[in-house]
Amino acid sequence: MGPRVGVVVFPGTNCEYDAATALASLGADVRYVWHHAASLDDLDVVVLPGGFAHGDYLRPGAIARFSEVMGAVVAFADAGGAVIGICNGFQVLCEAHLLPGALQKNAGLTFLCQPTGLEVVSDRSVLTRGVAIGRRLTIPINHFSGAYVCDDATLASLREDDRVLLRYTDNPNGSVDDIAGIANERGNVVGLMPHPERASSDLLGSRDGLVLFEALLASVHAAV
Amino acid sequence: MRFDARVEVTLREGIADPEGATIERALPALGFTGVHEVRAGRSFRLVVDADSEADARVLAQSLADRLLANPVLELAAVELAAR
Repeated sequence: MGPRVGVVVFPGTNCEYDAATALASLGADVRYVWHHAASLDDLDVVVLPGGFAHGDYLRPGAIARFSEVMGAVVAFADAGGAVIGICNGFQVLCEAHLLPGALQKNAGLTFLCQPTGLEVVSDRSVLTRGVAIGRRLTIPINHFSGAYVCDDATLASLREDDRVLLRYTDNPNGSVDDIAGIANERGNVVGLMPHPERASSDLLGSRDGLVLFEALLASVHAAV
Repeated sequence: MRFDARVEVTLREGIADPEGATIERALPALGFTGVHEVRAGRSFRLVVDADSEADARVLAQSLADRLLANPVLELAAVELAAR
């Protein structure tokens, strides 16, 4: 059996099935974790999928970060567990201070749902370990608040420590430094706006998302 | 004591405000000229029970900083009035 992956479901999450299906297609042992769960048991990976947790009321992720499960997610991350936040999950991780910065409304004030070109710029994370630097991937985005913002000191440290993982090749939303995905200092917590699960089959127009999910499962497998 | 509290959440200086910029661009079309530096924000109204105005202020500011505003992007200002 492959790595045990928990996909967290908040009220309003809507990408859990897609994420679970894509990861299971690569051999992961996937289960759903309801937002009231107080513990994560024996998981190897936690995925916070896309959607509109708690209706995105106040700000995306602002309410979700106070969910019961987030205490367990923070403890899991602190212990070195792999945590991946996709889109709304990235917003939740920033609100929970597991990742620095924030996601602001898109510069054009429009909801963006389109394939985007990405460049892998660092392999220092559980999601990009073993992926060639400079590799181009086409993966869809689907968000209204996806413009990554942080202060200058944070940006400098993200760059210096190779924690910018993915950059847009044609910045669609006004993210600072074209940032599409980042990691924490240890590389075990990753947030990205593009949806790898939506590029997980030829039927969807691209399998590029599997490059990242394969790297994730391989890096967890190596650590176990 | 009971206080009416208003919390105003605004974007920090230097944070891009596409909403404010869009509003500003719309104004001349409606005949409003001479309006600059439009910044969009949000306002919250709360009723707070506390022993003193100072306590009410600490309570309101703390919940504003922890929940109503994202300190990375925004600042929260509290105004109080005793009922």
